[in-house]
Amino acid sequence: MARTIIPFGPQHPVLPEPLHVKLVVEDEIVLEAIPALGYVHRGLEKLAEIRDYHQMIQVVERVCGICSNIHSMCYCQGIEEIMGIEVPRRAEYLRTAWSELHRMHSHLLWLGLFADAFGFEALFMQFWRIRERIMDINEATTGSRVITSVNIVGGVRQDLTPEMCSWILSELDTAEKEIKEIQNTIMDDYTVCHRTKGVGVLTKEQAYELGAAGPTLRGSGVASDMRLLKYSAFDKIDFEPIVETAGDCWARSTVRFRETLQSVDLVRQALAGMPQGDLAAPCKGNPEGEIITRVEQPRGECLYYIKGSGKKFLDRVRIRTPTFANVPPLLAMLPNCELADVPVIILSIDPCISCTER
Amino acid sequence: MIENQIDITLESLVGEVSKMKSDGQRMVTFSCTNIGEGQADIIYHFDKNEVLTNLRLTVNMDKPVPSISGVYFAALLIENELQDQFDIKFDGLVLDFGRKLYLDDEITIVPMCNNTKAMKIKK
Repeated sequence: MARTIIPFGPQHPVLPEPLHVKLVVEDEIVLEAIPALGYVHRGLEKLAEIRDYHQMIQVVERVCGICSNIHSMCYCQGIEEIMGIEVPRRAEYLRTAWSELHRMHSHLLWLGLFADAFGFEALFMQFWRIRERIMDINEATTGSRVITSVNIVGGVRQDLTPEMCSWILSELDTAEKEIKEIQNTIMDDYTVCHRTKGVGVLTKEQAYELGAAGPTLRGSGVASDMRLLKYSAFDKIDFEPIVETAGDCWARSTVRFRETLQSVDLVRQALAGMPQGDLAAPCKGNPEGEIITRVEQPRGECLYYIKGSGKKFLDRVRIRTPTFANVPPLLAMLPNCELADVPVIILSIDPCISCTER
Repeated sequence: MIENQIDITLESLVGEVSKMKSDGQRMVTFSCTNIGEGQADIIYHFDKNEVLTNLRLTVNMDKPVPSISGVYFAALLIENELQDQFDIKFDGLVLDFGRKLYLDDEITIVPMCNNTKAMKIKK
């Protein structure tokens, strides 16, 4: 049988973002995959030349809408470390709570899209219905559903009242109950298992060697999670990385599903342990020095390298996003799979082209 | 302020990176900064048990740098990105996009290394 090259993307019904993969197939079996990026590259790192280090918070939030809060948190942490600013404890707890809410809505969004990818529209709608609760919390507490803009250098700009905290906790109770109600469907349903178990396998060794990040790495049995670095309030929060060992699409989706429930617990812990105090420490002067800072985004480890030379414009802001790290592992998952499984495998890394094309 | 930093040279790069691999380090990424006078700093970041080790290499941007994609396959995308952004050539890249990972044929400027501002500031 002759080999054929099938272009997957950049526009594809299952993936609304422009990722292009050239698939070399024989019959309907994929032999090789070659990626192409750059369709929507925005050069946001270059903007550091004309946006001062405070304005860059708004820029990094737009690297990715879905994890905007965690991007700004990572960036602010870096600047604070360079400038020696001690962030008030209350602000750290607030950052932790908002970042876990962001993880929840990102995972619920992805779980819905994943269900949609194999034609399970009812499940897709259930996940997105639950996600609306989290979006409502974001809107009520920060004024915005997606790009919350609460992080500033030195702390946060919004506070939570006791009434807000109890309302958030009651919403999370309901969300947790609703998520558990569909647990059997996403993890044990025959059709879901048939489309995901044993599909797109990435072994533990491959995941590690190819630099996978986040649920893609943990779904292959590696217990790596940047929250173990105990940034923000994670030093006072009980937390264990969620790990699955099968390395297939099912394992990656199960990690995300379980992390959604874990985030409910982490938000509860953050709200319960939040002390009284200031929201932000004063920020004077300009950053001078260089720093590497890492956080765990919904899609995995995010790394910022920041270099300043005492001016209001930074010399360099380098952003390594998790999807960028997960492209080489994706190229290892695709060979020998069936053509029909390609959309499911690609979605299983939770690709964010907005992050990749920052 | 960067912890666990090791200074390396062009000659020792591949050897040091191979040592990292033998030590079971996961390659995270590299960061590149234009430091002026035709030079750039490349910092290779490796992770083991959430501890980062950084190899710092200062290069002349007009001189090719040995690719480490033969040691860590995942380096190919980052090296292609640096070719596009900084016009640094990498010798032995396993999949070379030829400065077209992000850029179109007609782009001749080096995005991160010239004085062209990202966009004009509105007055």
